[in-house]
Amino acid sequence: MNGEPVIEVDHLVRKFGDRAVLNDVSFNVQRGETLVIMGGSGCGKSTLLRHIIGSMKPTSGSVKIFGQEITTMNEREIADIRRRFGMLFQSGALLASLTVGENVALPLVQHTENSVAEIDQIVEEKLKMVGLSGFEELKPAEISGGMKKRVGLARALALDPELLFSDEPTSGLDPIMTAVVDQLTLKLTHGEHMTAVVVTHDMTSAFRIATRMIMLGHGSIVAQGTPDEIRNSPNPEVQQFINGEADGPIPLNLSQDEHEHHQHVKPRPFVAARHRFHRKTA
Amino acid sequence: MLTNYLRLNLSLLYWVFVAPFRGEFFSISQIFRQMVFIGVRATSMVALTAFSIGVTLAMQAAHSLQQMGAEIYVPDLVMLSILREMGPVLIAVIVIGRSGSAVAAELGTMKVSEEIEALEVMAINPVQYLVVPRFLAMMIMLPALTVFGNYIGVVGGWAVCRFALNFNTAGYIMRALESADTWDLYSGIIKSVVFAWIVITIACNAGLHVEGGAEGVGQATTASVVQALLAMLVTNAILTGIFFFGG
Repeated sequence: MNGEPVIEVDHLVRKFGDRAVLNDVSFNVQRGETLVIMGGSGCGKSTLLRHIIGSMKPTSGSVKIFGQEITTMNEREIADIRRRFGMLFQSGALLASLTVGENVALPLVQHTENSVAEIDQIVEEKLKMVGLSGFEELKPAEISGGMKKRVGLARALALDPELLFSDEPTSGLDPIMTAVVDQLTLKLTHGEHMTAVVVTHDMTSAFRIATRMIMLGHGSIVAQGTPDEIRNSPNPEVQQFINGEADGPIPLNLSQDEHEHHQHVKPRPFVAARHRFHRKTA
Repeated sequence: MLTNYLRLNLSLLYWVFVAPFRGEFFSISQIFRQMVFIGVRATSMVALTAFSIGVTLAMQAAHSLQQMGAEIYVPDLVMLSILREMGPVLIAVIVIGRSGSAVAAELGTMKVSEEIEALEVMAINPVQYLVVPRFLAMMIMLPALTVFGNYIGVVGGWAVCRFALNFNTAGYIMRALESADTWDLYSGIIKSVVFAWIVITIACNAGLHVEGGAEGVGQATTASVVQALLAMLVTNAILTGIFFFGG
């Protein structure tokens, strides 16, 4: 870690109408770090990620990647930055019309001058890294969800990126594959000085790979720190989240509007009953 | 909606005519893949449609002209109607229904399954990678299908003349060739080029701007077919006005 920030997010605000989905979010990620972003569903994790990769523009605030401001860039400048990072989508987002091998080869074919033989070799090597050697000829529809995700990871790593974004890399993977993917992330960040930003719900995996963690709630940062600091955080919201408890300060899965609505209006009896039911079973 | 459409057209023009000179080529193999899909696989449908139309036109013409003893003009009528109007319009209808809807649905599905976003994040422009090959394939294949359909339609007319009206084959061909000049063929091909542009840009635009899952894909597909049909028919009227009523 040479102390040079790869990502700098500064006072980022994003509003949809009146509702602030991201409310004054600031943090830095240094080279070689693995930052884990966690938080409940709908807390703005994916929106935050989309702002960092430049596919959404903020209402105000700044996002710098490799020292360059991405929020004011045009398409072409963003494309140049994007060649330096890889992204793993939640669903894998493989192109259904291409085979597994062609999917992994796609960034190489588009952005490098490598020969077909060289590309084939890289594809083979990347698929081997995620434990999917020999699957080159299959179509995405013929493999399982977890396998798609691993192919997505192989594709994200095809250009040996300096920066890797993963949106829930381990959801849908079995425990062994989760460990394999975590080890791969660790190997790349430690050995090759890749920087990783991982959005995840999986606490085991999060504590295994993170060098720093951020917890988001209602669009702002609830807590941030090293895994140890988070584990020992006195904040009850953090404790509820990392221990996966149904009871605690974090509201149930209501949207913001519903939540406010229920605070103002006395709940009808059956609604209240439904809440109690959820509290017991969630 | 309209601004999206215009933006897509501008972007398309850039990636087809400007970007290749800056060293950013579109993929030729993708164009051939799309030509097979958009054009080659539509030939049987186009042939059947064109043949039916040729036969129908000849029968209607024979029915009316026979009353005046002028069935000698049946080939003229078949030839002119097919080359100028029926050929380009009906083949565009087939291609809208078959290929335009398929393109809208395919791109729409890619959009809702995050594939388009994934391309953007891989620094691959979706217009360059997805729209340009489909556009060029359509610009080549619709005129080609129109010429092919014209031929089959005229063969349909021949079938009626030969077997029901006792024309001989040479007589039919002579009569048909005399009645039409090359402009009749060219005007139809020009129309089909314009239709190709309309059909593929509307289909791609509908697909790329799908929102809201499977339902959105369905709506976009329907919208692309309806809009492309209307735009194509209105344009056809305008072009006929310019070509044959203009002066």
